[in-house]
Amino acid sequence: MDSNGPIDYLPIAITVLVAGGFVVTTMFVSNILGPKRKGKIKLDTFECGIESQGNARIPFSIKYFLAAILFVLFDVEVIFLYPWAVDFRKLGMDGFWEMISYMGVILIGFFYILKKGALKWDTD
Amino acid sequence: MTLSLFIIYKAVLVILVFLISLVIAMYSTYAERKVAAFMQDRIGPNRAGPFGLLQPVADGVKMFMKEEIIPQVSNKFLFILGPSVAMFTSCITGAVIPWGTSLHIAGHDFALQVTDINIGILYVMAVTSIGVYGIMIGGWASNNKYSLLGALRASSQMISYEVAMGLAIIALVMTTGTLSLKGIAAAQTGWHWNIVYQPLGFLIFIICAFAETNRTPFDLPESDSELIGGYHTEYSSMKLGFYLFAEYINMFISSAIMSTLYFGGYNMPFIGRLGLSPNTMAILGVVFLFAKIFFFIFFFMWVRWTIPRFRFDQLMNLGWKILIPLSIFNMAITGFIILVLHK
Repeated sequence: MDSNGPIDYLPIAITVLVAGGFVVTTMFVSNILGPKRKGKIKLDTFECGIESQGNARIPFSIKYFLAAILFVLFDVEVIFLYPWAVDFRKLGMDGFWEMISYMGVILIGFFYILKKGALKWDTD
Repeated sequence: MTLSLFIIYKAVLVILVFLISLVIAMYSTYAERKVAAFMQDRIGPNRAGPFGLLQPVADGVKMFMKEEIIPQVSNKFLFILGPSVAMFTSCITGAVIPWGTSLHIAGHDFALQVTDINIGILYVMAVTSIGVYGIMIGGWASNNKYSLLGALRASSQMISYEVAMGLAIIALVMTTGTLSLKGIAAAQTGWHWNIVYQPLGFLIFIICAFAETNRTPFDLPESDSELIGGYHTEYSSMKLGFYLFAEYINMFISSAIMSTLYFGGYNMPFIGRLGLSPNTMAILGVVFLFAKIFFFIFFFMWVRWTIPRFRFDQLMNLGWKILIPLSIFNMAITGFIILVLHK
């Protein structure tokens, strides 16, 4: 694989500048152009036309949190696989079986969380 | 090539890619309405300009001229940050996509790619992951229950499908042996398109791409019949425009990535036989790539007006219980076949 120097990342810096500049300018311009007629009711949060009840800083289902934690676990595992996938042919059959056993361990954990019902959405 | 020439050429290319993605995103909104109208036997927008061609411009101007409303109870800084992050991330993804080979002008080679970094795919994955924050921050900062629900749904949906997407890409990397998008595109000359070697991987990837861009049938974050507007319920003016626009840019970029990863990018099987000069071939390659991209954008729209929305538990089950095991299986099979064939 060919190597990269810092110079290859310079265009990304230019892209970041262009995109960032565009976003900031557009936000600013649209703020200037629009009319400004504020009112108490207008600045209320929208709740289907009825008076809003409390605010949205409320507890939400733990399932979302579980999904996020599981994502972190599995994404880290996916990242471990990338270097292996690039050098996959060089590592040959030995590397393949090692990775299969690694994936096997991961899969045991995966079936454990499935059986535990961590991803069951239709209960409660 | 001197440094100043290099910087000027890259800056021109960056701005060109940026403008093209903006224009394509603008006209995708028009195309979406025309395609919807066509599929539902209606006429679609036809008032602004001939065939309604100026409709996107009119929409853009309208977005600019509308009042900006920031709810009293919202967190103001994060409220503005949310759509900015969404727009920003979708704009910088295009930097690693190879739009063509290279043009040879006045003794210099001008590659038609903003930059070829050797971790191209990882860059795309990383930037799209940041895109989740745009939706999450905006939905939470609105301090509206519908927005909160929409943001929660969006973030858990996007992160769930990211795992399967990463695993599908690993199988692809195993066949190509490189993470650089340029390398992947260059390897697919003739009929050696990766779709031939990775049909299952492509299926997983396209499903995940639909989920990542929040397109139907995975548009639960903004399912208007239950959540009003989802995470952008409270947004108005150009901030709303940014969210909607970012979705269309994401659609364009993911179409470009699908074409590059699985459908040969700028390659076309018969192109080598025509005996054209390298510069003409490079330009033709760009044309072919855009033809593929437009097909995928049309495909996104086609699916939107054909398939109804999933329920949330169906969506999570599909992601975790079907796509992840399937992509692991795909990876194992790919590896096994490659190793057996190369012995």
